[in-house]
Amino acid sequence: MAVCVAVIAKENYPLYIRSIPTENELKFHYMVHTSLDVVDEKISAMGKALVDQRELYLGLLYPTEDYKVYGYVTNSKVKFVMVVDSSNTALRDNEIRSMFRKLHNSYTDVMCNPFYNPGDHIQSRAFDSMVTSMMIQVC
Amino acid sequence: MMSKTDADIRFGNPAELHGAKVQIPYLITEKNTFKRMDDEDKQQETQSPTMSPLASPPSSPPHYQRVPLSHGYSKLRSSTEQMHPAPYEARQPLVQPEGPSSGAPGAKPPRHQASLIRSFSVEREPHDNNSNYPDEPWRITEEQREYYVNQFRSLQPDPSSFISGSVAKNFFTKSKLSIPELSYIWELSDADCDGALTLPEFCAAFHLIVARKNGYPLPEGLPPTLQPEYLQAAFPKPKRECTLFDSYSESMPANQQPRDLNRMEKLSIKDMADFPVPAQDVTSDDKQEQNKTRLEQNKIRLALKSTADEALPKDMSEDPATSKDSNSLKARPRSRSYSSTSIEEAMKRGEDPPTPPPRPQKTHSRASSLDLNKVFQPSVPATKSGLLPPPPALPPRPCPSQSEQASEAEIHPQLNRAPSQAADSSPTKKDIPYSQPPSKPIRRKLRPENPAPESQEPSSTVGGAASAVTGKPHTAVQKQSSKQKKAIQTAIRKNKEANAVLARLNSELQQQLKEVHQERIALENQLEQLRPVTVL
Repeated sequence: MAVCVAVIAKENYPLYIRSIPTENELKFHYMVHTSLDVVDEKISAMGKALVDQRELYLGLLYPTEDYKVYGYVTNSKVKFVMVVDSSNTALRDNEIRSMFRKLHNSYTDVMCNPFYNPGDHIQSRAFDSMVTSMMIQVC
Repeated sequence: MMSKTDADIRFGNPAELHGAKVQIPYLITEKNTFKRMDDEDKQQETQSPTMSPLASPPSSPPHYQRVPLSHGYSKLRSSTEQMHPAPYEARQPLVQPEGPSSGAPGAKPPRHQASLIRSFSVEREPHDNNSNYPDEPWRITEEQREYYVNQFRSLQPDPSSFISGSVAKNFFTKSKLSIPELSYIWELSDADCDGALTLPEFCAAFHLIVARKNGYPLPEGLPPTLQPEYLQAAFPKPKRECTLFDSYSESMPANQQPRDLNRMEKLSIKDMADFPVPAQDVTSDDKQEQNKTRLEQNKIRLALKSTADEALPKDMSEDPATSKDSNSLKARPRSRSYSSTSIEEAMKRGEDPPTPPPRPQKTHSRASSLDLNKVFQPSVPATKSGLLPPPPALPPRPCPSQSEQASEAEIHPQLNRAPSQAADSSPTKKDIPYSQPPSKPIRRKLRPENPAPESQEPSSTVGGAASAVTGKPHTAVQKQSSKQKKAIQTAIRKNKEANAVLARLNSELQQQLKEVHQERIALENQLEQLRPVTVL
């Protein structure tokens, strides 16, 4: 259902970015990049409260004509950005949340691998397969 | 045919396979090799069990090795003939490494390689083979497992605990595989994704690394034979079996080994490479049973192994006497008690319990009861030991100024008789420490005299005792007797004074009593005088 999934590191560089219609990758990269500003804005807005109270799911970051962009940030400032096709009206908020939860779990599994250096590009096949499963339905 | 097939399978095939197939790359030559296999395998086909009753003529009795694959093979045969020889052949080399060949893990992969190709093909086609684990190349053999376990122990002494991620990373990095591949291997093997490797996970990872180093492509998913549940179920057996083998090979003669082998057959473990065991036992229940028996036996073996070498032959000698069944049966109750009779015997023979150190005699300890003995039994003439109680508040020893032996001698019996009086008990006690060592015998002589003259006054008995006393050694007694004399004299004076005082008191009281009596008489008279008046 997702059209594009991206994992952004704390320093705002992508650890993993993948989009389904591979021909327009650059467009999606640009969208994700612009969404980072929105994410930072949301974080700072909530930042005055305690970190514990801050929710990880950021919700709809901004809608465009064709796509909707959702955001999710972890406690270590790793951001997950998901771009969803606007025509998918059946997608509800809960589903988006569950998708982000799966993303987060897979990310922690990647982190558990001692051969993974934090900051490296994510090359885990398990992670890939999980992302693929989320995006398959688009195709 | 059976023996020949066995021999051929175990020893003949590797040569063929090596020559034919080791070098074959994976993707290209599947079909070619299949065809070659057809030619070469006609012998093997006849040998191979046709576990599938459907197709080929059952020229040879079914090999246990092939039984697990029967379902798949039947399907294969029905589907493609070309595939048949491949899996058979795949099985054969796989069996062989598990078999008597004791090559290092590195030696096996070459054989595995050829079989791996087949096994991949086998995997894809018959999908209902899952229960039979067709992916033989991913199965860990006994030697490999032992090797992995030893490596695990070198990293982490406790086999039931984890290897941390960093430790494992350093270790696996030595294998000089690329980091992405190692990362992928880790992903495959760390099933619970906790960043640490348990023993089965470690073995799986190690096996994958070994396979990769020998040129196998890494699988897409963790093969079932490498999954932790499977490995964990299989683990206790081979681990202990390895120790079993070790212990047996170390201490036992060759004749013992067939018996062990037989025992293992009875336990019917699927991974027993040496023995054709029906792999249908793969079910978890069987595994558990096998595990239990293995564990029990292994505990025994390990315990036996730990005993002296002398013990082992004895144990071994016991075993042949009993039947194999009873052995395996005995093994279970033995292990439960954790002390088999053989072990106990061995232990007893090996170590005689050292004689306990001589216990200190309770009555002879210095700190204890001497004082008590002295205190509670002052009249006892001699204690068991020579120690004396501390004299309670004794006056300082008088210097032996007076050396009147006769007077001392006289006084001595007085001293001895003094204990009859309660007041003199303390001086006697005091006297005892002084006079005891040299005068013990003397004292003993005099002691019996003490109760007799109790009633007598000390002065009256002097004369009678003097004669007895004259025999005493005067020199040694002088000092003590002088002290005793003076002490007794003072005691006598005090007693006399007390007597005098008491006598006065007595007389006074008696006078008072008389007076009171007189008053009473007077009062009674008055009463009588008054009475007749009232009566009237």
